[in-house]
Amino acid sequence: MPEPGGAAAGAAPPVLLAVSGLHAHYGRAHILSDVALEARQGEVLVLLGRNGAGKSTTMKAIMGLVPPSAGQVRLDGADLAGQEPHVIARAGIGYVPEERRIFTDLTVMENLAVGRRPPRACLAPWTPERLFALFPNLGEMRNRPGGRMSGGEQQMLTIARTLMGNPRLLLLDEPSEGLSPLIVEQMANTILQLKREGLTVLLSEQNLHFAGLVSDRATVIEQGRIRWSGTFAALEADAAAQAQYLSV
Amino acid sequence: MMELLLVQGLNGLASAASLFLVAAGLSIIFGVTRIVNFAHGSLYMLGAYIAVTLFAVLPRDQLGFWGAVLLSAVAAGLLGALLERLVLRRLYGAPELFQLLATFGVVLIVQDAALLIWGPQDLLGPRAPGLRGAVYVGEARIPLYDLFLFAVGPVVLALLWLLFNRTRWGTLVRAATQDREMVAALGVNQRWLFTTVFFLGSLLAGLGGALQLPRGQPATLHMDLDVITEAFAVVVIGGMGSVPGAFLAALLIGMLQAYGILVFPKITLVLTFLVMAAVLVVRPHGLLGRPQGAARALGAGVEAVIRPAPPALRRLGLAVLALLLVLPPFLGSYAVSVLGEIAVFVLFAASLHLMMGPGGMASFGHAAYFGLGAYGVALLVTNFGVPMLGGLVAAPVVAAIAGAVFGWFCVRLSGVYLAMLTLAFAQIAWSGAFQWVELTGGDNGILGVWPEGFLAGPLPFLYLTLAVSIGVTLLLRRVIYAPFGYALRAGRDSPLRAEAIGIGVRGVQWRAFILAAAAAGVAGGLFAYGKGSVFPTYMQISRSVDGLMMVLLGGVQTVSGPIVGAVVFRGLEEQLLRLTDYWRAVLGAAILLLVLAFPQGIAGAAQAWWQRRGAGTGPAAAGTERGEAERAA
Repeated sequence: MPEPGGAAAGAAPPVLLAVSGLHAHYGRAHILSDVALEARQGEVLVLLGRNGAGKSTTMKAIMGLVPPSAGQVRLDGADLAGQEPHVIARAGIGYVPEERRIFTDLTVMENLAVGRRPPRACLAPWTPERLFALFPNLGEMRNRPGGRMSGGEQQMLTIARTLMGNPRLLLLDEPSEGLSPLIVEQMANTILQLKREGLTVLLSEQNLHFAGLVSDRATVIEQGRIRWSGTFAALEADAAAQAQYLSV
Repeated sequence: MMELLLVQGLNGLASAASLFLVAAGLSIIFGVTRIVNFAHGSLYMLGAYIAVTLFAVLPRDQLGFWGAVLLSAVAAGLLGALLERLVLRRLYGAPELFQLLATFGVVLIVQDAALLIWGPQDLLGPRAPGLRGAVYVGEARIPLYDLFLFAVGPVVLALLWLLFNRTRWGTLVRAATQDREMVAALGVNQRWLFTTVFFLGSLLAGLGGALQLPRGQPATLHMDLDVITEAFAVVVIGGMGSVPGAFLAALLIGMLQAYGILVFPKITLVLTFLVMAAVLVVRPHGLLGRPQGAARALGAGVEAVIRPAPPALRRLGLAVLALLLVLPPFLGSYAVSVLGEIAVFVLFAASLHLMMGPGGMASFGHAAYFGLGAYGVALLVTNFGVPMLGGLVAAPVVAAIAGAVFGWFCVRLSGVYLAMLTLAFAQIAWSGAFQWVELTGGDNGILGVWPEGFLAGPLPFLYLTLAVSIGVTLLLRRVIYAPFGYALRAGRDSPLRAEAIGIGVRGVQWRAFILAAAAAGVAGGLFAYGKGSVFPTYMQISRSVDGLMMVLLGGVQTVSGPIVGAVVFRGLEEQLLRLTDYWRAVLGAAILLLVLAFPQGIAGAAQAWWQRRGAGTGPAAAGTERGEAERAA
């Protein structure tokens, strides 16, 4: 069982997502090389790196949106690398893209309907009502088309839409990007609440402060290679690593 | 007079019904899959033919009649789903427009299949039982069946609305129309969605075909291409992917044609496309359409970089040139004429390639410039006795002027809308040649355009054709490698960044458009002299499609592609025409096989093979060519 509270607990929970030896190309450009990372059940793992370091591509490669040219993506032991996105989604990985990609012609309720998948035994099933409790703003605009929502509301809606698929692992690609400080704080609270629900989260971020609010462990990527891995507290203490891989 | 207006109006409404069904199906399919489905007209035709058969087999009562209509629609739907599963599914990762080639292969196969099954004669269907009578408004007779058809449009529109807005399937389709990759990432199987969308769209086409018969309109072998051009117009006017838009546009076109025939009997054919051009100029995304982002699809390839020909290819080219210089005197007269034609089509394909490949502007109407070059020559020769040199100079000038005018509008659009506007302009040019009988002789064409003097012999004329065609083709090749060609490609790959470094993208595209038109005009002029006559068929849509076939078959993103494509396509066509009555089916099957075997085009496949051989250890594994045309973020 996932332990609320996460990293502080004694025995380490089992690994849910294990990526190893992952390579990806755009055309001839080699974008990811030998990427490896592990997210344990119920923890928030942050993937940190500068703009263009390969964070989004890692997310997309895990999701099958960029077909990996080599490597493994294991969810609970089963290798999903090379599968199609819908198979990966059905296996339990939920993807929240950086650009949000709300269906602007569809209402809030319809956006949620697109994401709906059958519940899983291990987690309490998400319903629109439960999601509106998590994102009260959305509940007040059920029939509003996605195109007429603010950036923050759209970001909430993409997360809610993905949660409707009852994922075990949530990929959040730079959720704080372009949001006002107030909304960013809300976002952090939301992520912590999802963690309390037992969800495992892989978060990509450039914003070290935001990452610090929610993350248990961190993995640092630079030029498509993993450079550093450890607890978030250790990264905060490691000024050299921060300067080398993260400072702009 | 009032009665005439009424009858015409109702007539227009009745024909709008079928057009709406076909166009709605086409629009739904395009919206989700982004496939420009030429075979949609074939499914309409099959719907009609299957209905003819079923009407004959099933009992002649209410149940038998309506059962036959519905079964025909379902049969067309199933055939459409089959087309998607067997052919198109294999091509979703191929470059954009490649599926178009496959759908055109299917058009050819279906034409011959229908010829084989139902024979060449037009087939009439029965009148609808219970709707055979008519009501009279004053003197005006309105058939009951027409009244029934008025209702069909709105009823189908309402049903589609319910389907799209009140079912999960409909919600998924609307979502996929906007961003199908995201839909897949949410766990929806795209294949299932595409197959069902094809089923529904094709069912609507088949229904449209079956419902035409009881109006007294026969099933014919050319109804497929007739309806597809009109359906394209309706879909574009209404806005691609918008069903209500298709409804509005079908009404508009139906009424326009009904009343147009009263007011301007001479230009009925042009009217539809004039409206289409006007709408696209004013509202670039149609009446109810909206701008479409790039079709976010898996495996949309990065455009390959065009590189100079490797030495081996240059040597091969020189060898072919030498052969062409030496060989003709030893050829029979048939071979001489075929060789000349192939040379002309190499030039035609190369000119289209300049627009489509480096320019990134797909044209569905490139035959217009070919035809205008030919007509320019023919009119000057027959009316003013202009000598041959003058004719050959005039051909590109005429075509370039048309290209400048049409292109000015076209480069303001992009993607499929641009392609559709080129189609509209080509149809306008074609209608002009067809209906302006005083000037062009209409269907009879213009005869007596022969080369003169020492060039009149087949052999000297062949050398002239070869010299001009190859010369201009090499010139176009040179353009691609010139700074102008770089600017053109920059504009294609990233208009914003190109603008930011000082390239006026529209201006560059416009000039490329004019250049391509002029080169096509040269090809047309040569062709006119070679045949001794010109006909409206030079500009018709099938000629434009031939050009597309050549370019796509060869490979859009290779410079030698159009040359290979023209030789293969024209050669195949020529040989098959001699060998079999069912040459269309064989050609269609050959196109399908080539498309499935070489999704990068023939020259593209050869190039990839060459590079793999040469590169050896490079990380050019097949899978790595996929991925999105965007920088890793």
